[in-house]
Amino acid sequence: MMEIKPVLKQIIVTFLMIFISYILQTTVFTKLELAGVVPNFLIIITTSFGLMRGSKYGMGVGFICGLVLDCFSGSYFGIYLLIYLYMGFLSGLFKRMFYGDDIKLPLALIAANDIIYGILIYLIMFLPRKRFAFGYYFFNTIIPEAVYTILLSIVVYYIVLRVNQWFDKDNKRSGKGLV
Amino acid sequence: MNRKGRSSLPSKYVLMGLTLVCVMLLFASYATGYSGEPLRSVCNYIFVPMQKGLEYVGDVISINSNDTKTKEQLIAENEKLQAQVDNLSNQITTIRLEQSELETLQELYKLDKQYSTYKKTAARVIGRGGNNWFDTFTINKGSADGIKPDMNVIAGSGLVGIVADVGKHHAVVRSIIDDTNNVSGMILSTDDNCIVSGSLKYMNSSNVILFSGLEDKDDKVSIGDSVVTSNISDKYLPGLLIGYVSEISTDTNKLTKSGKVTPVVDFKHMQDVLVILDLKETGK
Repeated sequence: MMEIKPVLKQIIVTFLMIFISYILQTTVFTKLELAGVVPNFLIIITTSFGLMRGSKYGMGVGFICGLVLDCFSGSYFGIYLLIYLYMGFLSGLFKRMFYGDDIKLPLALIAANDIIYGILIYLIMFLPRKRFAFGYYFFNTIIPEAVYTILLSIVVYYIVLRVNQWFDKDNKRSGKGLV
Repeated sequence: MNRKGRSSLPSKYVLMGLTLVCVMLLFASYATGYSGEPLRSVCNYIFVPMQKGLEYVGDVISINSNDTKTKEQLIAENEKLQAQVDNLSNQITTIRLEQSELETLQELYKLDKQYSTYKKTAARVIGRGGNNWFDTFTINKGSADGIKPDMNVIAGSGLVGIVADVGKHHAVVRSIIDDTNNVSGMILSTDDNCIVSGSLKYMNSSNVILFSGLEDKDDKVSIGDSVVTSNISDKYLPGLLIGYVSEISTDTNKLTKSGKVTPVVDFKHMQDVLVILDLKETGK
């Protein structure tokens, strides 16, 4: 019982955070849009967890985020799953460069992920339909979204950081836990 | 601090495995239209109730931001609105005359007033799509309320979109301004067909969507003409108002015309929509 408890707690807390992010992103923040865009909370969560807890954890978080988006997107099932999965994995590769309070790396990573995500969406779902004005989409959707996301990630990142420290403490005490 | 079972499996193999799962899901979705039914119903029970509650909070916030107008702004707005009221009352008089004329004519022709005979159900918008690229939203009614895919959705005066996906108590609606959406339209005054397609770019920059492939040899179509759904569309019921022509130009092939349509529905501030429960009969 003692072995399974911290793991279970981590899974539940992580899932709860994804849940809240998604709900905020699709309800409250659609009313608070700046420059016509809504921030992307799921990218912040996926990137931060990947960075702090490694590739496997990042993949898990990315997988759930993608799954939720796919369930409500109404287009082909699996596209967001794939994008967020890789996002989580790649963020995890930076784990060895991660030092708690230094916020430059996480912010840069979140910005990079958001921009790559935007470019991928354009390449997969807009370019094949002859929407060639990449410059327009880049400056009017991708960049504003990245900027808004970074602004919010300053807050969200510290929440994830606290949660992560709490997980670490639990893991140390019991010697178990997810990677 | 790895668990024993996990540490033996490098993460790149996990990644490869999960990638395979994703690709299979994508392929299944593309080839057979499979849309993750069991997963969707799980999402349905977890997310939809919360969205219902929080959408309300969002509404309250957005109303509050409207309250902060200054007195001058209000006076200016009041004057503008007063002018509009005068203008509109004028229009109403004209329209009343036309209405009575129309009624006589309709009686003469024994025309079925299709528009009002569709069975409709009201639904509330409870969440927007998860990103900035596509214009989809979730409504609080699903298969339990008789909603089926491809049902048309309207709000107030015009066409909003089409039901893309249905859960038990929610449905995802793809709006006509979504970049991937195409509607077969018709210019009301001349009965010429055209294709109306959503556009992220033009919707963001100037609040219009595009139309193309309009054959109008005699140059009868002009700015301000109503665009409605056509009779030949296989998913949209005929005669639903899409918007008004706001720009028109001749294509380089000199045969067809294309241009822009201003939609009648205010997609930014949509809260309640009507779903038409009748599906288009296509004889299939």
